[in-house]
Amino acid sequence: MKNLTQEEPEVLQKSGSILDASLRRRSFLQYTGAGAAGIALLAAGCSKDRGFTSTDGVNLGSDDIGILNYAYALEQLEAAFYIQVAATPYANINAAELAYFKDIQFHEIAHRELFKSALGTNAIPALEVNFASINFTSRDSVLATAKAFEDLGVSAYNGAGYLLKSATYLGLAGKIVSVEARHAAFIREIISPNSFSNTEVVDATNALDKSRTPLEVLAIAGAYIKTKINASNLPTS
Amino acid sequence: MNIINILDEIEKVDADVYDRLNPRRAAMKDFFSVGKKVAAASVPFAIGAMFKKAYAQSAPSDAIVGVLQFALALEHFESAFYVRGFNEAGFNGTYAAADKAAIGIIRDHEANHVKFLQGVLSGAGKTPVTPKTYDFTAGGTFPNTFANYPTFLAVAQALEDTGVRAYKGAAPTLIRQSVYLTAALNIHSVEARHAAKIRYMRLLNGHSTTIKPWITGNDNTTGTATAAIYAGEETVMQAGLNITAINGTGVTAAAASESFDEPLTPEQVTAIVRPFGVTF
Repeated sequence: MKNLTQEEPEVLQKSGSILDASLRRRSFLQYTGAGAAGIALLAAGCSKDRGFTSTDGVNLGSDDIGILNYAYALEQLEAAFYIQVAATPYANINAAELAYFKDIQFHEIAHRELFKSALGTNAIPALEVNFASINFTSRDSVLATAKAFEDLGVSAYNGAGYLLKSATYLGLAGKIVSVEARHAAFIREIISPNSFSNTEVVDATNALDKSRTPLEVLAIAGAYIKTKINASNLPTS
Repeated sequence: MNIINILDEIEKVDADVYDRLNPRRAAMKDFFSVGKKVAAASVPFAIGAMFKKAYAQSAPSDAIVGVLQFALALEHFESAFYVRGFNEAGFNGTYAAADKAAIGIIRDHEANHVKFLQGVLSGAGKTPVTPKTYDFTAGGTFPNTFANYPTFLAVAQALEDTGVRAYKGAAPTLIRQSVYLTAALNIHSVEARHAAKIRYMRLLNGHSTTIKPWITGNDNTTGTATAAIYAGEETVMQAGLNITAINGTGVTAAAASESFDEPLTPEQVTAIVRPFGVTF
């Protein structure tokens, strides 16, 4: 169990490492369109083996619908995680932390349900999650996973914003991403004071948060989602 | 089969192939060679020049430049606020040392946002706006902004939450702009991290017993003077849907309001920061 909690962030890091390693090295360029194009190219090259662009599995769809379904998938994952945390709190959790986790649980449920309702008949079905690698009885394991999910969510919304064509949906994504960033900062603070925006997530030169493409995000989140996802129709520009 | 597919195949037997070959570095050769030649101090300018080079065919519109200048004006103000706060605020209590370190981190971020936006604007051939002379009392509303620690943190929170709302309000102007929108979003979420941290600092220091890292209702834990900063945050309606108890869930009105941060229009932001001497 000790190892499980230690390894949790490692798992998340490693699953995205192919793309991430070079991203970190040129972090101050990561927001550029040229960078995004490079990522898209690499992702396209990788597609055969990455799974998310194969044409079977749950199809997220195209254009704004695809991006909303992508966000809906991430919110399903986050909500499922915090529902579990709130239902089976880790050992010796204090009242304040439990209250915070219940807050976050309902935030993620609100996000999930908003996307479900907004998508209507275009919504993907409920996804099956795989939390086998998370030790819900361990504070360290739960906090490390929460931190990874929140930082991932921030980078996902940041990276997908420009793909949206509807100002309404962009506005909604903007309303959500800052709440995810608040969660991320808070979780980081209770893990380690003053880590709210350290260089793991905010680059030292320009003080910019991370952006990730949908394929990068799904490569990381996929470790926790059992349902096969087909992201082959998502917009890339 | 292209080169990357080949690399992908190699990767199956050599997990480090990307590190060894680093094809993206090759693809980004021009950018890196620029980056290597310039001194660290001129990096922001180089970034701007790279933007200009890469996007010379699509210079930013006046509306986009307007958003960038607006953001820079706010960042100048925030940056100046934290420079003084770090030096002058009377950090006290159990967390005084850590709190001062946190304000130093935020101060550096705001200074870097200033440099970044200056670089982007310069690179686009525009003259970045310059700092103003600020009135950190907001016309006497906060007479002891730096002398009184709870006041300092309350004003810091108000500014961060305003910044989050300001970037959010400007985002639609940048729609579909892969470079400018993404850069703005990457600043926006950093401001939200700051806001959450400051709020948590106020809770731990006992400056508020009800405050959370997120905004509940139109939560006015910083006093009536900041009411405009939180006006509208209490909404439970999103995209025409009532989030309270949405689809039979247990989402309360408080949670519904916390779940979504609301934008402010540039006009609303201008009215909020004008008493501090921020003009555009």
